[in-house]
Amino acid sequence: MIDRAAITVLWLREMKRFVRAKSRIIGALAMPLFFLGFLGMGFRRMAIPGMGDGVGYLQFLVPGILGMSLLFSSTFGGLSVLWDREFGFLKEIMVAPVSRVSIVLGRIAGGVTTSMIQVLLLFGISFLMGFRLRSLPMLLLALVFMILISVTFLGLGLVFASMMKDMQGFSIVMNFVIFPLFFLSGALYPLDNFPAWLRALSYLDPLTYGIDGIRAALIGYSSFSLVFNLVVMGCFALGMIFLGAFLFERSESV
Amino acid sequence: MPSKNDTTDAISVDRLTKRFQDVVAVDNISFTVRSGELFGLLGPNGAGKTTIINMLATLLKPTSGRAEVAGFDILTKKDEVRRSIGVVFQEMALDVKLTGKENLEFHAMMYGMEKSLRRARIDEVLALVELRDKADVLVEKYSGGMKRRLEIARGLIHRPTVLFLDEPTLGLDAQTRRHIWEYIKKLNTESGVTIILTTHYMEEADYLCERLAIIDFGKIVAGDSPERLKDILGGDVVSIELEGDSGNLAALLEKEDWIRTLTRHNNCISMTMEKGERRIPRIIQTAQAEGVTVGCVNLHKPSLEDVFLHFTGRTIRDQEASQSERNKFMMRGHMRGRRR
Repeated sequence: MIDRAAITVLWLREMKRFVRAKSRIIGALAMPLFFLGFLGMGFRRMAIPGMGDGVGYLQFLVPGILGMSLLFSSTFGGLSVLWDREFGFLKEIMVAPVSRVSIVLGRIAGGVTTSMIQVLLLFGISFLMGFRLRSLPMLLLALVFMILISVTFLGLGLVFASMMKDMQGFSIVMNFVIFPLFFLSGALYPLDNFPAWLRALSYLDPLTYGIDGIRAALIGYSSFSLVFNLVVMGCFALGMIFLGAFLFERSESV
Repeated sequence: MPSKNDTTDAISVDRLTKRFQDVVAVDNISFTVRSGELFGLLGPNGAGKTTIINMLATLLKPTSGRAEVAGFDILTKKDEVRRSIGVVFQEMALDVKLTGKENLEFHAMMYGMEKSLRRARIDEVLALVELRDKADVLVEKYSGGMKRRLEIARGLIHRPTVLFLDEPTLGLDAQTRRHIWEYIKKLNTESGVTIILTTHYMEEADYLCERLAIIDFGKIVAGDSPERLKDILGGDVVSIELEGDSGNLAALLEKEDWIRTLTRHNNCISMTMEKGERRIPRIIQTAQAEGVTVGCVNLHKPSLEDVFLHFTGRTIRDQEASQSERNKFMMRGHMRGRRR
C-alpha cells in the first residue's frame, strides 16, 4: 500500500523542480514580504483592541503572514496536479504500478517541504524586521503548527485539483476560496473585532486555528488554548489528506 | 520475455465499450494480440484508438466489456497490468524541467527498481535510442524526435511484456519517422516485446504491423495482416502497353487461371492477380513467344488507403474532415489537455 521508493522519487522531483525555479521562489516570497513590510510599518503605532497587552503589531502580524505564506504555497502545491495533467506528466505517474495513496503522500511530502522552505525564509527575514522570539523550545511547536497548516491546504488543493479539469478555475479558487480563507483567519487583525456572524465563519476556517497556534507558541498570546489549536489543526490536516486522497483516486487522469 | 513463436495471447479484448455521455467512443470491440506480435490499430483521428489504449492501460474505466493484458484483467488486476506494460502516450508525458536521465530515473524508481539495476538499464536504453550524450540536458531543450525517443526508452526500462505506442510518429518529420520505425521494428524482433501501436498513417501501419485492425467510428471494420487485407481488393493490377501488332496475346493470357480479370483497350491490357511482381516475367515470356513487343509494364499494388476506402467508402482524409467536429466535442468534454 505504502510504496516508499515512489514517495521518495515524487518528493525528489518536487525538490528538483523547486530548486530550478528560482524566480518562482522569489515571486512566492514577494507578496507575504510586502504585506509584512507595509502593514508592519503602517500599523506600527496603532493600538488594536484584542491584540494582547504589550504585544506590538509586528509581533502579532508575523505569525499571520507565516500562515498566509503557507496557505498560498500549499494550496498551489496541491493544485499543481493540474499542471501535471495539462503537461501530460500525470499519465506517466498514474500508469505506474504504485498505489494511489503513495502518489498522494509523495505529493504532500514534496509540497510540505517546499512550503516549509519558503515559510522559513520568510521567518528569517521577519527577525531582520524586528521580530523577537519568546522562547526557543516553543519554536519547535510553532514548526509543528506550520507543518499541519501546510498538510491541510495541500489536501484542499488536491480536492480542488480533482474537481477541476484544467487551470481555468484557478482564479475562482484564488478569489473565492484562498483570499476569503486568508481574511477570515485573523492573520491581520484580532477576530474579536468581527461581528458575531462573521466570527462564526472564521471558526470554520482551519487557518484560524493554525495562526492562533503559531501565535500561542511564538508570542505567548492567543484566542484559544495551545492544546485546543493543536487538536483542531491535527483533525483538519488528517481530514483534508483523506478527502484529497479519496477524490484524487476517483478522478480520471486522462 | 516471450519469444516470437509464443502462441499465447498478450492482449485479449472482449466486447469492450466506452461511452462518453452520448458519444460512443469505442463500440463493442473484440480482438486479440498474440505474444510477440507487432499489432496495429489503424484509423482516422477520433476513431477511438486512444480511448482503447487508455482503457487497456488502466487509465480509463470501460463502460462495459472486459479485457486482459499480459494475462491480467484490466479491471480487477490493475497493478499487475501496470507492472507488465510500457506506454508511450500520444501527447508528450515527460517532465521538461528534468533532464532526460532524471526522467528515466523517476520512471525506474516508480517501478521499484534497485539502484544498480536502474543504472544498468538506464544506460542500456539511452544507448538504444542514441541519447547518451544528451542524458544530462533538460528535456525542454530536446527536439520533438528526441523527446519521442526518450519516451520510447522510458517505456522499456522496466522490461514490459507489452508496449503500447499511441501514434508514435505523430508530428515528426519524415527522417525522424523512419528512424523511429527502425527502432520499433528492431525492438520487436530483438527483445520479443509485444507491441501494439495506433496510427492514422497508412504507410506506418503497412511497414510495421504484422496484423492490424482498421477502426472507424469506434468499431473494427476489418482485421488481418496488411497483405491479406490488400488481397481482399482482388490483388495487384498489372498493365502492359504493347507496341505494334498485339496478335493473340489477350486471348492467350485470358486462359491463364492466375489472372482474375482482364480488360483491353487500344494497345493496353490490364489484369488483376495475386503477387503481380512474380507474374510479370511470365506475361513478358508469353508476349515474346507470340512475337508481341511489350513497351511498358506497370504494377499497382493496392495500398491500405484503398482498403480503408473499400471498407468505409471514404479515404482516411475525408474521414478526418467529417470527424473534426466530433473530435472537438470529445476533446472539450473529456480529454482536455490531451493535445498540445
